[in-house]
Amino acid sequence: MSETTYIEAIRLAMIEEMERDQSVFLIGEDIGHFGGAFKATQGLLERFGKERVVDTPIAEALIMGVSVGAAIRGLRPVAEMQFADFVTCGFSQLVENAGTFHYRLKVSVPMVVRLPSGGGVGGGPYHSRNPEAWFCHAPGLKVVAPATAADAHGLLKSAIRDPDPVVFLEQKWLYRREKGVLQSGDDALVPLGKARVAREGRHLTLVTYANGVPMAVEAADRLRAQGIEIEVIDLRSLAPWDHQTVLASVEKTGRLLVLSEATRTGSFASEVAAHVAELGFESLDAPILRVTAPDAPTPSEKNLEAYFRPNTEKLVDAVSVLMRY
Amino acid sequence: MPRRMSADYPPHPAPPVLPPPPLGASLPAERWPSPDELLAIHRSMLRARLVEERIVELYRQNRITGGCYSGIGNEATAVGIAFPMHNEDVLVPTHRDMGAHLVRGHSALEVFRQYFKRASSQTGGKDSGLHLGREGSNIVGMISHLAHMLPVAVGVALAERQKGNPAFVVTTVGDGASSLGDFHESLNFAAVQKLPVLFVIENNQYAYSTPITLQYACERLSDRAKGYGMFGEDVDGTDVVLVVDAARRARERGMRGEGPTLLNAVTMRMRGHSEHDDFKYVPKALFEAWSAYDPLLRLEKRLVEQHLATTADLERWREALGIELDRAVDEAWAEPEPAGAEAARDVYRRWDESWTPPTGAERWGSSS
Ligand SMILES: Cc1ncc(C[n+]2csc(CCOP(=O)(O)OP(=O)(O)O)c2C)c(N)n1
Ligand SMILES: [Mg+2]
Repeated sequence: MSETTYIEAIRLAMIEEMERDQSVFLIGEDIGHFGGAFKATQGLLERFGKERVVDTPIAEALIMGVSVGAAIRGLRPVAEMQFADFVTCGFSQLVENAGTFHYRLKVSVPMVVRLPSGGGVGGGPYHSRNPEAWFCHAPGLKVVAPATAADAHGLLKSAIRDPDPVVFLEQKWLYRREKGVLQSGDDALVPLGKARVAREGRHLTLVTYANGVPMAVEAADRLRAQGIEIEVIDLRSLAPWDHQTVLASVEKTGRLLVLSEATRTGSFASEVAAHVAELGFESLDAPILRVTAPDAPTPSEKNLEAYFRPNTEKLVDAVSVLMRY
Repeated sequence: MPRRMSADYPPHPAPPVLPPPPLGASLPAERWPSPDELLAIHRSMLRARLVEERIVELYRQNRITGGCYSGIGNEATAVGIAFPMHNEDVLVPTHRDMGAHLVRGHSALEVFRQYFKRASSQTGGKDSGLHLGREGSNIVGMISHLAHMLPVAVGVALAERQKGNPAFVVTTVGDGASSLGDFHESLNFAAVQKLPVLFVIENNQYAYSTPITLQYACERLSDRAKGYGMFGEDVDGTDVVLVVDAARRARERGMRGEGPTLLNAVTMRMRGHSEHDDFKYVPKALFEAWSAYDPLLRLEKRLVEQHLATTADLERWREALGIELDRAVDEAWAEPEPAGAEAARDVYRRWDESWTPPTGAERWGSSS
């Protein structure tokens, strides 16, 4: 079976859902003839027409607010931010408007916002953001962050079908590096709120998501040769998140390491750590460690960014600390 | 307590005391509302006024808590923009639009339930004030963030067009809120897309304590329409006949595919920003000048002059409505409060209980 890239999986998910459901449409900047900054919407204008592939002026609050307005009238907008970083300009529409409609008035807001996120590509402070924690802290929004092509495909399809607003974090670093075999039809759907065990292991639980997953898998494979078996859990969804799978794994391994590419304070890694400290304390044989970026904007130059970002070496280091307990 | 102004900090320049706005008589005869329409408009304006007077009274009695924004003085605009709307049209109102809510189908009982934050209210006590608009209805429930409903209104118009529905969208914004970026982004895109939307600026001279002289430097806010490539005009927002006519023409324009309209409705906020506010910052002369333009009294004077009502009729209608509203207040007040545990429910449409992380509070026994 042929393999599909992560970005192509996203494009295919949109095509399939648009074909399946007339109410799905795309909205964003440069997404029409140009096909989007990362070509996620290439060919879609030609295929679906300008009513369903709506090019907008540069106006992120508008894109978010229009999506809210269309969603409450029964359409299913999929909005693209050109880079995740620019979601700040539409933040308020997303957090305050999309996030509260159902709570206040039981009005469903079935919209998806796609955020090309993350570092590793020399993007610097304004083209590398991992903004997931902001949205996990905003009740009413769902947040997903796939790490594989199959999950990008299946989670985007589920997100589009979901009746709530979903923030879909996709990784620029994985767009063309990550490849996989996609399922077809409903077999492709990946449920929200369900983690995936990427590697099984007995000695330590390593919880991560998105860009962290390939780093974690590489570390696990490397350490297996030294007799250390790491269980890698790919969360896939952050809001809701699969705390039960994480707790069950920690019960088995007694050790927890959490990896996030985002900056440290108030990160989703902190949330996982706090949750296990509260509810899994009895299972723990060692302190919980987090591997994250430092609390700084993402630097641009390659040495600086390499220092800034988590990587396999940092993970191996942290594992060795935990294995001393 | 009156505010003391030091010599270094003179009060902000107040808006100019307006000359009498032009009267509706200048409207060509064929554009006047029919006698029946005028009477229906009057019923809505009177209802809006009396509902809001009740709300002010209930606030004073501490039976309504939190922000309490009234549209007293804005009835001609709120009723006038809603009155020409058709069933399939969508209203995206804001906080001074009691009249529009009542015209478009919300009942006084629903309003009182909402202000009392009863379990039976549309928001079940989770939100308050005029944040009303059920799923499936053609009224969209506002959030407090100013100008934030404009992109939503534009999205509604886009969605209805995509669905093939010939619906018109009417939305409102304050003079103050017209300074936010969401206002610009919305008008610009609506014009680019030629969407059938009426953007109404309820230009009531103040945004909380800030006079329009500190809000914008253009002569009239309707001048901005040209910059966006849409039709724009000013209207005397205290003359309901003129507002209805402007809204009708905007609808005709929108349905002909000529795109959105910006309507700058000039009015005066006749109460404090919220009921806690004594609005001492409004110069007395300005307030008094505007008092002569009470939109309800202006319409009533006209009804009498045109022999559509006698002063005795007006008195009778007011009394009957008062009795009805007192009953609605009593009924809403008697309804139950929501249970505390509702606070964490309905955050999402689709939620699996297994997703809810225990908060710990359950173990400490503090849950209600
Ligand atoms: C984004 C935002 N900033 C500040 C406020 C607080 N606030 C509520 S109403 C108001 C004044 C609004 O003035 P205007 O838009 O002229 O409407 P008016 O109340 O005069 O009808 C302010 C500052 C808010 N609700 N939202
Ligand atoms: Mg104002």
